[in-house]
Amino acid sequence: MRAETIGVIDYGAGNLFSVGRAIEYCGGSPLIISDPDDLAKVDRLVLPGVGAFGAGINHFLKKGFLPALQEFITRERPLLGICLGMQMLFSSSEEFGTHEGLNLIPGSVKKIDCGNQEFKIPCIGWYPLNRSLDAEAHQSFNTPLLKGVQIGDAVYFVHSYAANPTNSSNIVATTSYSSRSITAVVQRDNIYGCQFHPEKSGEIGLRIIKNFLEV
Amino acid sequence: MSKRLIARLDIKGPNLIKGIHLEGLRVIGDPAEHALKYYHEGIDELIYLDTVASLYGRNSLNDVIRRTASEVFIPITVGGGIRTVENAEELLRCGADKVAVNTAAVNRPTLLVELAEKFGSQSIVLSVEAKRVSAGRWMVYTEGGREPSGIDVIDWCIQSQERGVGEILLTSIDQEGTRRGFDVDLIKAVTSAVNIPVIASGGMGSLDHLDDLFLNGNADAVAMADILHYKRKTLVEIRDYTIGKGLPVRRIRSQ
Repeated sequence: MRAETIGVIDYGAGNLFSVGRAIEYCGGSPLIISDPDDLAKVDRLVLPGVGAFGAGINHFLKKGFLPALQEFITRERPLLGICLGMQMLFSSSEEFGTHEGLNLIPGSVKKIDCGNQEFKIPCIGWYPLNRSLDAEAHQSFNTPLLKGVQIGDAVYFVHSYAANPTNSSNIVATTSYSSRSITAVVQRDNIYGCQFHPEKSGEIGLRIIKNFLEV
Repeated sequence: MSKRLIARLDIKGPNLIKGIHLEGLRVIGDPAEHALKYYHEGIDELIYLDTVASLYGRNSLNDVIRRTASEVFIPITVGGGIRTVENAEELLRCGADKVAVNTAAVNRPTLLVELAEKFGSQSIVLSVEAKRVSAGRWMVYTEGGREPSGIDVIDWCIQSQERGVGEILLTSIDQEGTRRGFDVDLIKAVTSAVNIPVIASGGMGSLDHLDDLFLNGNADAVAMADILHYKRKTLVEIRDYTIGKGLPVRRIRSQ
């Protein structure tokens, strides 16, 4: 059976190759997409990203990806945002000024504040995934993206800003830094987001990527 | 803050090597094979340091990185002889997630700004080789720890944080390879002075050396070489020990 082609958007925000390699390892066929027209060729898409929100969004828009992405969304095919890519799915971010996001999931991106001086930013390291503590988030951890992943499994985070979804039903999993809950996995219909790097999270991360290839 | 267990692999040409204090270098074996083994045993991250670091013959290093990145899905840092933004870009393209710089940054500190702006702070690690000068004072050494720079370690770390480095890999030249424990005063002095994560390297002999390092020195991560390459302890033993001490290290299911 031919491996499915998975689009990985190249908008100049780095780290494509790790994502591509992980997709390959999991049995997919990654297609690095620099031309927005090529989004029409794929039925499954990853939006990676590291770095600052403003720079990321500006590059994305400047390369003309917005109309093509909107068309992809109308086809209701799976989309996975990773790290900065996940943050860009939201409505806005306050990183280095206020920036508008892609507004695919309502909510804002804010600086992590644990109220603890000893907590270093950026937060770098392996942290365990947990349910959302919100009563509204009845779908918490109950998503095909996390099939086979258990509460307490750790994944690799590196970030200074975190997403605050408007609707807690969009929060699928969290982690916590210094007792402060941090959004780790989001979902809205076919749109998924991981704040951590599944391509850098060992076997657990590869499981998540494999799940994305099958949702 | 979670504490990370990192494997440090020093590379010379195609070989993984390790020095033993006062005895010289030994060839341990194939770097990518060892990296893969540590990955499967549950290491949190890998650091490759190219000890030859000449302008030529970097093909074996690039090959090692490519091989590792195709089968090891945890963060990989590469250092040794990075002189320019182009050198760093090449390594990142081969599969490194972060680059570590020492000598070139000391010679031209603006390089750190350029690297951070191009690749982001999270991709830039400052590698510091520190040698004790007097009580509470250490000097930065370049060229793999051979050349005194005249620069104070604490000042250098603070300035480098301002220039945008995301982490510091701090190696004690005095303790490296001795198995007598870390220079905890050094670690503590740096962790107190900066707000970015500090990875401690150099001197790990027994598991209890980690107590002082994390509880007193406040290191965010430990880079281990000797204890792993010479198979004196397994990663499972190390991880179990740190969990037993109540340290916030990653827990791995069914090990």
